[in-house]
Amino acid sequence: MLTLYTRRRLINALCLGISALAMLFGLIWLGWILWTLLANGLPQLSTAVLTQMTPPPNSTGGLLNAIAGSLMMTFLAALIGTPIGILAGTYLAEFGQRGWLAPTTRFINDVLLSAPSIVIGLFIYEMYVIKIGHFSGWAGALALSILVIPIVIRTTENMLRLVPNTLREAAAALGAPQWKVINLVTLRAARAGIITGVLLAVARISGETAPLLFTSLNNQFWNSDMNEPMANLPVVIFQFAMSPYHDWQSLAWAGALLITFSVLSLNIMARVLFRQKSTTY
Amino acid sequence: MSVEKTVNPKLVVRDLNFYYGAERALKDINLTIPEKMVTAFIGPSGCGKSTMLRTFNRMYQLYPKQKATGEVLLDGENILDKKQDLNTLRAKIGMVFQKPTPFPMSIYDNIAFGAKLYENLSRHDMDERVEWALRKAALWTEAKDKLKQSGTGLSGGQQQRLCIARAIAVKPQILLLDEPTSALDPISTAHIEKLIDELKEEFTIIIVTHNMQQAARVSDYTAYMYLGDLIEFGDTRTVFTNPKRKETEDYITGRFG
Repeated sequence: MLTLYTRRRLINALCLGISALAMLFGLIWLGWILWTLLANGLPQLSTAVLTQMTPPPNSTGGLLNAIAGSLMMTFLAALIGTPIGILAGTYLAEFGQRGWLAPTTRFINDVLLSAPSIVIGLFIYEMYVIKIGHFSGWAGALALSILVIPIVIRTTENMLRLVPNTLREAAAALGAPQWKVINLVTLRAARAGIITGVLLAVARISGETAPLLFTSLNNQFWNSDMNEPMANLPVVIFQFAMSPYHDWQSLAWAGALLITFSVLSLNIMARVLFRQKSTTY
Repeated sequence: MSVEKTVNPKLVVRDLNFYYGAERALKDINLTIPEKMVTAFIGPSGCGKSTMLRTFNRMYQLYPKQKATGEVLLDGENILDKKQDLNTLRAKIGMVFQKPTPFPMSIYDNIAFGAKLYENLSRHDMDERVEWALRKAALWTEAKDKLKQSGTGLSGGQQQRLCIARAIAVKPQILLLDEPTSALDPISTAHIEKLIDELKEEFTIIIVTHNMQQAARVSDYTAYMYLGDLIEFGDTRTVFTNPKRKETEDYITGRFG
């Protein structure tokens, strides 16, 4: 008969072992993915990738137009989605105690947060692309911004809720009207968390393929006109990887490597930023 | 307590009742708080002393389910009146909380925050105001070289003095202190008690405290509360040495229960 204490230690060791195994299982896939990407993508990386346009089959070229298109659409989507998301999140956290509007908004936002991105692509296709009559960079940015908004709303609300009520009371006790309390004190206290949310949203949309298939589509040539179909990394990777041409496949690997590592560094940046701020506060 | 001051009423409470939803937390309170003196509220947890403080600047109105009835007269005007503007009221009645609450900005901006709300001070005047407030709060010598640094980087005791400086920078008439030293070590506590003694020259001070010795040390008047009732109110020496009510005596002598 084991003593209670020994039994507890055994159970502890067992659970710890299982947890470690589960973590290892997750990490193996991540490591494997990164390794495959590096092994296949790294040899394909060259200055041509960053300076030349996407080529026709069986000829050399790069991904410049796709990189530029992705950057433009991602930037624009963040530009549209961030203010809306922060304003709505602030409303939910600071004014959302009473009434039916806030709980309803919160529920719809949760639905939007988990909506398949292809549905959002189809929605913009129906509402915008068909009306205009052609695919365009604007449509792509719009679809991506609809993905940004719920993420930013959610993180803004969560981060503002972490700000202790005593801070709001302290500001109100000095005679500050509510809009000043929010602007100067609570939003400032939650700033690092909110920026983290925006970075994570950008990381999320920079790899999205489905919403762009129906909106910006692709463009084999250099294009800086948002009103024209626009090249972008995810769709180019999709198209090139599925093709039978070796040159295209190589470029797809290079593109996948670029995207993965920019998303990874965005995530790391978000973490570092959040951690730095959390220790001082 | 050495020099006798003339006693003018500053805050008159009449038939004050307070409700958290359906729960009645203050029961028919009547008392008069004198000007430029220190009035202490003591009593066990949940007796309503903090609630009382939060009606004086209507802090409770941040929360939808709380309400107060009756009258609280500040220089004769009922501050519980619906027409009373909350922000100007709070500029007149400052508050310092139990836990230090520095804003996430520099020490200078922390103090300028409140002063900026209701006065249009020039850069020079604001510098002077900040220095004045920091000196009053006995923080100037420690903070004068790091005014641009974050207020959150100060120690707990310094943060609390920063909060006091921030409250007096607005030049309120009344200062509400809600257990201002309960999160502090004895040395910081001594600092703040000395401060209270100096501040009462200019401000009417109302302090809530768990610590009876503190009430005895710093206050001129003491109110003992229990379960939402005001049991006894009078000058501190009388309340502590010769209480009229048996309940007060039991609490003060530690025979409470």
